[in-house]
Amino acid sequence: MERRKFIQSTAAAGALAGIGSLGLLSFTAAKKPKHITILHTNDVHSHIEPFDNGHAQYPGMGGAARRYTLINQIRQENPHTLLLDAGDIFQGTPYFNYYGGELEFKLMSKMRYDAATIGNHDFDNGIDGLLAQLPHAKFPFINANYNFDNTVLEGRIKPYQVFVRDGIKIGVFGVGIELKGLVAKKHYKETEYHNPIDTAKTIVKQLREEEKCELVICLSHLGYEYRDDKVSDQKLAAATKDIDLIIGGHTHTFLPKPTVALNAIGEKVLINQVGWAGVNIGRIDFYLDSSGKKNGGGAAIIV
Amino acid sequence: MKRYLLFLLLTAGACKFNDNYTPARIEGKQLEITPDIPANDSLENFITPYKEHINKEMEEVLAYLPYNLSKSDGRYNTAIGNLMADALIELSNPIFNKRTGENIDIVLLNYGGIRSSIAKGDVTTRSAFQVMPFENEVVVAALKGEAVREMIHYLIDSGTAHPVAGIELQLEKDNSIKKVLIQGKPLEDSATYYVATNDYLLEGGDSMNFFLKAEEATNLDYKIRNLLIDYFKAKDTLNPVRDQRFIKVE
Ligand SMILES: [Zn+2]
Repeated sequence: MERRKFIQSTAAAGALAGIGSLGLLSFTAAKKPKHITILHTNDVHSHIEPFDNGHAQYPGMGGAARRYTLINQIRQENPHTLLLDAGDIFQGTPYFNYYGGELEFKLMSKMRYDAATIGNHDFDNGIDGLLAQLPHAKFPFINANYNFDNTVLEGRIKPYQVFVRDGIKIGVFGVGIELKGLVAKKHYKETEYHNPIDTAKTIVKQLREEEKCELVICLSHLGYEYRDDKVSDQKLAAATKDIDLIIGGHTHTFLPKPTVALNAIGEKVLINQVGWAGVNIGRIDFYLDSSGKKNGGGAAIIV
Repeated sequence: MKRYLLFLLLTAGACKFNDNYTPARIEGKQLEITPDIPANDSLENFITPYKEHINKEMEEVLAYLPYNLSKSDGRYNTAIGNLMADALIELSNPIFNKRTGENIDIVLLNYGGIRSSIAKGDVTTRSAFQVMPFENEVVVAALKGEAVREMIHYLIDSGTAHPVAGIELQLEKDNSIKKVLIQGKPLEDSATYYVATNDYLLEGGDSMNFFLKAEEATNLDYKIRNLLIDYFKAKDTLNPVRDQRFIKVE
């Protein structure tokens, strides 16, 4: 009876602490469980201030200074937190038109964002406009499927970054939407677009096998879902493996809760997107243990 | 003794396996940034000077408008759309003419690009930002008469009050063309027309595929929002009206 109870509780909560005699015998077998929190925004579009109280859809919602309060509260709860943005930081209020994105980047730096990917609107003042604002961003920009080699951004954008939180290696890589037809050529210039799915497969393999990441997060500005063949987060999820979480943007999708999709080998992968304009922040909590279950496919997902 | 050894092997195996942390449980949710969350003071204070500067700029009065303008006040053309199209031809043509020696014949924007109404009273910089929040620029496309004919059919098929200037298009009840004139003259298939629009539409946005047939395009490096601001500044009072440029005979 006692043993049965034990199995149930580990299966449910993954708690390996308190294994008792078994734990004492095996030298370091029962390593302590870990808790990593991922916070994310997308398509904030220069919405630094909250919406007016009389706004039809989002009265009084949003605002960078309130978002920061919430972020700080969550960091106090769990210091092992990553804060990410899925692009389209720029464009949407006069703050962008007057300051070119300077204030957006400065505020995100003060809030201690860990990384962001690039959205199509982040090219709105041209690739030179983005470069000019980069010194205000104290966090890396991450994208793996744009080749910037023949542009002013050469060497400034990383395909991925590995973060370590409480000893857990978290690989974050970025993918962006096809710019042709969406952004004027004179703005993106010689930026080359590569297929995000092929890129993701290569990078994920590298993150898992070489970088030994225990969590892999895709920061995407592809869009949640399309009726046609256009690559989306849903398509990316279904065509790849070993990704735990896709944080999306571009389609300004409000999801009632994160989507649990199935990847190429039938394992679960989470997709989340939180609308736009900073009216929401997404929160994903990963509870990890060393019970040997293989990534998100074996985890209990509670959304 | 044997049993003990086996147990050690097992635990050693488990140990190796245990090097990898994997997610056992994942929880996801969305948190709303609601008005009852207090603003972080240091961030708020940092924003203040930027905010004050912008508010000062935004409240600058540029012109006076005696009545409300809304893009839903007409079926095939609207006063606000006509204002935008007329402003575009009036302020862009001198620049275009100086650069190329040619003149703009037609203006076509998209209905969806009118992002806000304008309330009667003082028209401010903020009004221009609300109507045109995007960074789109004026471009002039050289289109053959055949492509302009496609454009006319696009207007007819969409049945939408896309802002136009320089053309007169009247439809019969059955949507057949009663009259079409460009700069007061009949459309000639072989002639070249200079059509002013924005860079988004030039690249085929809103399914305006006829723009992809442009023989040439000139970017005037003039943001439509700035053009509107300049236009408002130049006028003391705005009084745009709905007219006969695109109508259906009832
Ligand atoms: Zn966006």
